[in-house]
Amino acid sequence: MANTSKSSCACNGACTDAVWGELDEFIACQERGRNSLITVLHKAQELFGYLPVDVQKHIAKALGLTVSEVLGVVTFYHYFSMQPRGRHTVNVCMGTACYVRGAKKVMQAIQEQLGIKKGETTPDRRFSLTTQRCFGACGLAPVVMIDNDVHGRITPQKLAKILAKYE
Amino acid sequence: MSKPRMFLLVPIDANTVIAGAREVKNRFSLEIGKRGLAGEAKVIETGSFGPADAGVVVAVQPDGVVYGRLAPDDVPRIVEEHLVKGRPYVERILPGEKPPPPPESEDARHTQLHGRVVLDNCGRIDPDSIEEYIANDGYFALGQALTAMTPAQVIEEVKASGLRGRGGAGFPTGLKWSFCAPVKAREKYVICNADEGEPGTFKDRLIMEGDPHKVLEGMAICAYAIGATRGYVYIRGEYAISIERMQRAIDAARAKGLLGRNIFGRGFNFDIEIRKGAGAYVCGEETALIESMEGKRGLPRLKPPFPAQSGFRGMPTNVNNVETLANVPAIIRRGAAWFKSLGTAGTPGTKVYTILGHINRPGLIEVPAGVTLREIIEEYGGGMQSGSFHMAQLGGTAGDILGREMLDVPLDYDALQKVGHSLGSGAILIMNESVNVRDFLHACLKFFHHESCGRCGPCRNGLHVLRDITGRLKDGKAYKDDPGLMQEVALALKSSAFCPLGQSPAAPIMSAWRYFKDDILSGVDSNAARPRMARSLRADLSAAI
Ligand SMILES: Cc1cc2nc3c(=O)[nH]c(=O)nc-3n(C[C@H](O)[C@H](O)[C@H](O)COP(=O)(O)O)c2cc1C
Ligand code: SF4
Ligand code: FES
Repeated sequence: MANTSKSSCACNGACTDAVWGELDEFIACQERGRNSLITVLHKAQELFGYLPVDVQKHIAKALGLTVSEVLGVVTFYHYFSMQPRGRHTVNVCMGTACYVRGAKKVMQAIQEQLGIKKGETTPDRRFSLTTQRCFGACGLAPVVMIDNDVHGRITPQKLAKILAKYE
Repeated sequence: MSKPRMFLLVPIDANTVIAGAREVKNRFSLEIGKRGLAGEAKVIETGSFGPADAGVVVAVQPDGVVYGRLAPDDVPRIVEEHLVKGRPYVERILPGEKPPPPPESEDARHTQLHGRVVLDNCGRIDPDSIEEYIANDGYFALGQALTAMTPAQVIEEVKASGLRGRGGAGFPTGLKWSFCAPVKAREKYVICNADEGEPGTFKDRLIMEGDPHKVLEGMAICAYAIGATRGYVYIRGEYAISIERMQRAIDAARAKGLLGRNIFGRGFNFDIEIRKGAGAYVCGEETALIESMEGKRGLPRLKPPFPAQSGFRGMPTNVNNVETLANVPAIIRRGAAWFKSLGTAGTPGTKVYTILGHINRPGLIEVPAGVTLREIIEEYGGGMQSGSFHMAQLGGTAGDILGREMLDVPLDYDALQKVGHSLGSGAILIMNESVNVRDFLHACLKFFHHESCGRCGPCRNGLHVLRDITGRLKDGKAYKDDPGLMQEVALALKSSAFCPLGQSPAAPIMSAWRYFKDDILSGVDSNAARPRMARSLRADLSAAI
């Protein structure tokens, strides 16, 4: 099961046997059943970059759940993604503190500079664009998070320089 | 080695790391070493002591100087000028910041009493050092509770202190504990709610980053009081530094026997585990949080049964906010009477706020409950940055919008309730005239619309309608009956939505209407006519009814 559809999947070569193995090892250390599901999904997304259906099926089987239970959870939480992401995820804060400090303009500028809309990935797979409510870094509003780095006080001018740092 | 005569406190937290705080700290250590000052000046990594918008911040104590917006290349100058020659490097001094007292000074205890209960250690001690926490009376309260008090006495003390939950609702904490305590069960749980999803709120994050042991100690005391053996901290997945520091704190406490089996030799067993949230605002609601911990979609549960009877895995569970729990050790150590001497009669103690928006010094503050909005802006926020005060939103997106009339109302649960408002989670967003209230309302409604979990009809559909109405108002294209409809729907949601998420949009909408009626009405286009429903759709609808 674990090795199916390797060639057809869009993971950019992320789903090597080693990665599957690591996931299985992680699951083996968890309690079987529902209580571990979100913890396991966090790990799987960290390993694969996203949560393709094959991975979800695998997790469902390993934890003794139905695929629909797993899918239901994956689609509920913003943190989990079923789409392969670009190498870098650009996450724009749309929380109220950022909003009053110009998040809308920042979002427009990013869309223009990357040439994609929210939820999309650039054709070269370099960037994906998403939004979020608040990163809890509101003192630096407006805030953009790229992968795990938070960038504050963003202006459309500063953006280009920051984006250039991510290859 | 001689005792250091100077302390450099470098907050490493979510806000400063971005600005390069780690590099600056390393550079300080390097330069100090190079000049052979290692015995005299000590660099300490701390959590935030307040400023959230001043780049890399360093406090030099006992001189009481706070530097801001530092880059690594400023470091040699500061070491040369300030540490060697004793002349503060004025170009980088942050005006108006009060630094925390140095960690080992005589007057630390005294200054500490100047108002900080929850944040007393934040920015002063190394959050990764359990020894420093213990040196500042840490785990003393836990010891006291375990060795000299019965669980019932602990609950009585917390009740007597009048501590109210800081997660938003303001429910009396002692009373909550007393619901859980008598329930008989195989296992009970304490959950620390660190999901902090309310936009504009990051107090819990900085508490966990600055003083993680205080939260753990509060949880352990709560566990003893209600008879729980396991605790969970449910932290937002995005809070990487909080997760790391809390995990290290748990490991350190376990290694010292302050968590685990037979704590203080009193036969009390308690251990704590971290659970990562996955980004759904509604999961901050306690029953949705429990569902999420059980690996399900985070849909709120019907109450009753309350978590105190049947919570996580069907067992009695007590859920408290991070700040609530961080108040507990001081209450046990200093007593309820002391706690009541702070703040107001209705809201004893202090309140931690994050102040944001168009003010000069956004950041984290802890003030006695009952301070007014005007005082917060002028004294703590350094005044308006530009323009003049137009409106404020109290307590995040789900909070009330206040106009100028409310600048002098004391911020405590009861005083606000009297004038028809609530305090909420601790975010205070200050706005000048550049923000249009219609624009702002629409942003709030988009948020709710996005975060609705979809479980119940009123919220799922009502928020859709509200989002569209506020959108039309924002664009100046609203129909004549839109303002009325907006209030009607908001109030309908307030009375019929299943959980507080769906109920709360009424707060910003109704309060905005109260203070900015004319602004809102100016979004109506008297020529716009509501499109008539297509005939077939109408027929379908009436057939369905
Ligand atoms: C939609 C929603 C979101 C909430 N988010 C949080 C949160 O992020 N943090 C929190 O402590 N409480 C939050 N609460 C309140 C909790 O349900 C609960 O009242 C609180 O954790 C109890 O702790 P306390 O008594 O210490 O305040 C939220 C409630 C609702 C309805
Ligand atoms: S009110 Fe909204 S968030 Fe709450 S249960 Fe209903 S749909 Fe979900
Ligand atoms: S509102 Fe943007 S980080 Fe909080």
